[in-house]
Order: sequence, then structure tokens, then C-alpha cells
Amino acid sequence: MSQVSREYKVMSDKIKLVEINGLHKRFPIKKDILSELSFKGGKITREQEQVHAINGVSLTVNKGDALCVVGESGCGKSTIARTVMNLISPSEGTITFAGKRIDNLTPKQLVPYRKKMQMIFQNPYASLNPRMTIEETLLEPIKFHFSEKNLDEQRSMLEHTMDSVGIDPSWGERYPHEFSGGQRQRISIARALSVDPEFIVADEPISALDVSIQAQVLNLMMDAREQRDLTYLFITHDLSVVEQFGSHVAVMYLGTLCEYSETQDLFDQPLHPYTQALISAIPNLHGKTEHIKMTGEIPTPVNLPSGCVFHGRCPYANERCKQEVPKKLEMKPSHFVACHGVEEGRL
Amino acid sequence: MTKTTSASWLKSRWHLFKESYLFYSFRTDLVAMTSMAIFVLFVGSAILAPLISPYDPYDLASLDIMDSEIPPAWSEEGEDRFLLGTDAQGRDMLSSIFYGMRTSLLIGLCAVALQATLGIVFGLLAGYLGGRIDSFLMRSADVQLSFSTMMVAIVLLAIFQAAFGTERYNDMAILMLVMVIGIAEWPQYARTVRASVLAEQEKEYVDAARVLGYPTHRIMFRHILPNTLSPVMVISTVQVANAIMSEAALSFLGLGMPVTQPSLGSLISSGFEYIWSGSWWITVIPGVVLIILVLVINLLGDWLRDVLNPKLYKG
Repeated sequence: MSQVSREYKVMSDKIKLVEINGLHKRFPIKKDILSELSFKGGKITREQEQVHAINGVSLTVNKGDALCVVGESGCGKSTIARTVMNLISPSEGTITFAGKRIDNLTPKQLVPYRKKMQMIFQNPYASLNPRMTIEETLLEPIKFHFSEKNLDEQRSMLEHTMDSVGIDPSWGERYPHEFSGGQRQRISIARALSVDPEFIVADEPISALDVSIQAQVLNLMMDAREQRDLTYLFITHDLSVVEQFGSHVAVMYLGTLCEYSETQDLFDQPLHPYTQALISAIPNLHGKTEHIKMTGEIPTPVNLPSGCVFHGRCPYANERCKQEVPKKLEMKPSHFVACHGVEEGRL
Repeated sequence: MTKTTSASWLKSRWHLFKESYLFYSFRTDLVAMTSMAIFVLFVGSAILAPLISPYDPYDLASLDIMDSEIPPAWSEEGEDRFLLGTDAQGRDMLSSIFYGMRTSLLIGLCAVALQATLGIVFGLLAGYLGGRIDSFLMRSADVQLSFSTMMVAIVLLAIFQAAFGTERYNDMAILMLVMVIGIAEWPQYARTVRASVLAEQEKEYVDAARVLGYPTHRIMFRHILPNTLSPVMVISTVQVANAIMSEAALSFLGLGMPVTQPSLGSLISSGFEYIWSGSWWITVIPGVVLIILVLVINLLGDWLRDVLNPKLYKG
């Protein structure tokens, strides 16, 4: 593994491909209008409660990276993926692709970018249209995005894609329900690759699969990365997958970014107390590791804690952590941490 | 696509259908098979009416007033010429029923096609686009449903009849009935389709389609719509039966098909005055045909619902 990550370090004359800047996403909690109205200080005001899914996340994905975003469920990983793909629009902040802002484009203006960025979904049982054959599913994006080519050229593109992910051509006229989860996920990957993208967002693509199939799919994605020079934004909660797959890791907690670093660096020397707790929780076979136990529950994203969102569960929290939101600091080259404790050097 | 591949495709489709659960459950369900047989018989005789009916009930010249009110052939005063007897004008009941069924089925199917088109389009728009469009369309549906279909139909048809005069109206009766029944019942479809769309659009294949940059109409009609069709098929059967009944009721009230081009409803109504004078067959036989027709359609609908929704157990 270490050999692979050294290769990534060599390629570090980086081109920024996707940049997320100060991203916020808030979802209103729907209530009827009467219960939203309240009487305060002699005035009737309307108050809408919101879920703060993402609170000021800035991330850069460089060309050739495989950036893994990890965190517990509900910390906003998938929201980041969906916002980057423009499935939902950000409440604040910007997203740029190859230097051009894409979060404020209309669906029509986005079409050329759709060819460059694609997504692989979590649930292979829901991500294929049950009423379309595999060929229809895979040929439709090619026909749509390469309408200038003739049918023969489109078909050869289809065959090339099917071949590259190991789909048998005879699968073409069958329907998704005839396949297993792993086969379906291959088909989903083929659909994403069919338009020949540069950047792929994968939203927990293997967590719904059997462990033996997980490795196959992961290898398939790694091969595709090598062959097609892909860049990944990989959402997962499985740290062993991160170690396998990622060149960089971003750790999230409650909609904020705790730590960002190269994979090996993060696993060797986690700086943020949350990352330390996460990594200590990986089961291993050799000897005992000090398991850092956290107390309490994740706070609700409706009423965010003041200061550092992690202070309620952090064993090192002090007064400053309760009041001041920590800033992202570069502690080592390309290793960023948002923690007062690390900044002050007390842990 | 060459011809051979499309033929083999058809063949494989047919093979798939023969192997399918739908066909299996049909084969093992006696009620469904009987209903289908009767339905096919009725539809067949309606389509083939001009070929198989012994007389042409639209041809007024062939009517003889001396043939009026002849009872069915099996009763004592019956004549072999008229198997099911004749009505007050001397028309052969069997031929009138064939032609009447043709009219009733035509109106029923066309009205449902109109309902389905309106309902599916509005339901898709409401479900997929959401927000204000959704609120507007669904509130309109609520308003529409708060009037009963019959009330809307009676008021509209009475206005049409007064506006165009009876002569013109009789020429346009089929069109008018289709329009009125079609427009009055679209909310049934819109609500069903909207509910399925809301469930379907949460699924990731819709996100995948959006990520691929397909335009909205393509996602709605090519990706979501085919996945919402099973409930649509089920309500379609019920709606055809309902539309045929509405048409019969309107014709019975004198607002539907004129007596010169009878539907099942206007046949029932034309015999109604004679029922106490002993000529029961003029009303009862078309009535029985109507009941059987509606019943088999509903039974088929029940079967279809059970097959397409395995979570719903009988019992």
C-alpha cells in the first residue's frame, strides 16, 4: 500500500479539478405555517427550523486524486456528494469544476459538465431503472451525449464500456432484476463510465454489497482510475476501504470538516481527537490498541452546538472550544486540521 | 434492426410472457379466466356487430311497426326471426344489444383514455415538479372531486343540449359523453400517478438520470412513467366499468345517446315505459348484459390488482 501512496506523492504537481468553497446546506423542516408563526417582542415572526447538513466545508479535489470522505451516518457526506453533482443546490458557498463555477448553472448549461462528472450510487437495487434493459440503460447516455456520432459508433462505445467493466454482451437484453447486487453495481459503474467522465462521485458504492463482492467492485473502480485517469470523490464510512482506495482522506463530523490529509499520513498520525477515536475503532488482529471511547451521542444538526461541534464529546475540550469555531490549519504540508487543541499544542 | 431480430424479439417477448407470473396466475384463476372469456366474447361481438347482427337497427326503413314488442323466441308468442324479441319500434333486440354494446364500450374506452391522458400528465407534473404546481393541480383535483361526476355530467350535457338543439346534439352525443366523463374523472388518475411518482422519484435511478443531464420531460415520461403504470392499469379497469355505468345512467336519464343510436343505457331507458305492460325483455335483457359487462371488467380488475400487488393478500 505504501508504495502506491508514494506514487501519488510524486504526482503532486497538482491541478485543481473540483473545488468546494465554504459550502453550507440547510434543509428546512417542513411544518405547517401556523406552527411556524410565533409571537416575540410584540411582533409576529415566522421561524423555520432547519437541519444544518453541511456547515462551511471547503475541499479541493486535485486531478488524479481519490479523495475519500469519511464520517458517521448523518454527518453530511452524502449531501456533499449530491451537492457536488448538482442534485441539490447549496444554501451558501460555491462549487467549481476545472476553474468554472457550476453550482449556479441551469440544467441546460450543465449538460456539458454532466459528460465530465458522473456519479455511482449506493443501492444497486434502486439505481437501475427496472423497466429498461441493460442495453437501453447503457446506450441512452451515449445516445444523449454523443448524438453527433452515428449508431455504429455509439454501439462500439457501448461495447467498449461493457467490456472494460467486465459485462458480458449477452446481458444487454436482460432486465436489472435478473442480476445480483455486484453485477448491478458493475452495470451502474458502466453507466457512469459510458460518457467517458473525468471525475466520479461515488456515494458509498460498496456498502450495500457482500464483502466478497466489495473487493471486486473496488478493484474495478481502481482499474478504471488507472486506465481512464479518473479522479474520485469517494464517500464511505469504512476506514479499511479508505486505506485501500484513497489517496486523500477528509474526515467529517456533523457537517464540518475535521481533518484533511494524505491517506497514509492520516492513518500514521491522526491529529484531530475525532479522527483518533475513529482510527482506534478499527478492529485489528495484532495485539491491543488503546480504544478511545467517546461519550454521549452526536448532537442534533437542527440546533448546532456553539464553538467546535465536537466539543461535547471531546475529552480535551476546554472553554475556548465551547465558544469559538476552530479554523482549518495546515499543520504539516497538505495535512489540515480544525482543532483548537492541536493549534495550541495541548494534545 | 433487421426484420429477423425484431421477429425473434417478439418471439422471446411472447415466451417471457408465457413464463411470467402474470400468465401463470391467470391460468390458475378460474374467475379471471371465465371473466376474460366473457369479456372477449362481448368485445368481439361489439366489434363484429355489423357482421354478425341479423338486422341493422340504424336502418329505420327496415323497421316494421307490426313487429313491435315481440317477446323472445323461447316464449310462446315469440318468433324465431327475433331471438331476443323486439322493442316498441319493432327493432331486433339482439342486433340492438350488439350495436349498443359497441357504443357503450367505445364511449367507456375513449372516456378512460381521455381521463388517463389528463390524469397521467397532471399527476406526473404534480409529483415530479412539486411545489406550487403540485398544490395547484391537487387542489383543482379536490375541487373537481367535490362535485359528483353525475352532477357535472348532467349540468354540462343539459347545457350542451339546450345550446346546440337536440338535432345537433344527437350527432355529437358520443363525443360529448366522452368529453364529459373523461374530464370529470381525471383526478382519480392524477392522484394515483402522483402518489407513485412521489415514491419512485426517491429512488436512485431517477437521480442517475438527472446526473446524466436528461431533460425533465424525458425523465418524467421515459424513466418515471413506466414504473408507475401498474396501479394505472388497475384503476383503468375500474374506470372503464365506471365510465360505462355513467354513460348508461346518463342515457337512461335522456342526456346520453339518443334512441336512434342506442347504447345499453338508452336501450334500458327505451323499454322502461313498457315494463309494466308485460314487455319486460326490452329493459331486462340489455340490463343484464350491462351488469355482466361491468361485473367481468371489475373482476378482471380485482385479479389484476392482486397480481400486481403481491403485498395485498386476499382474505
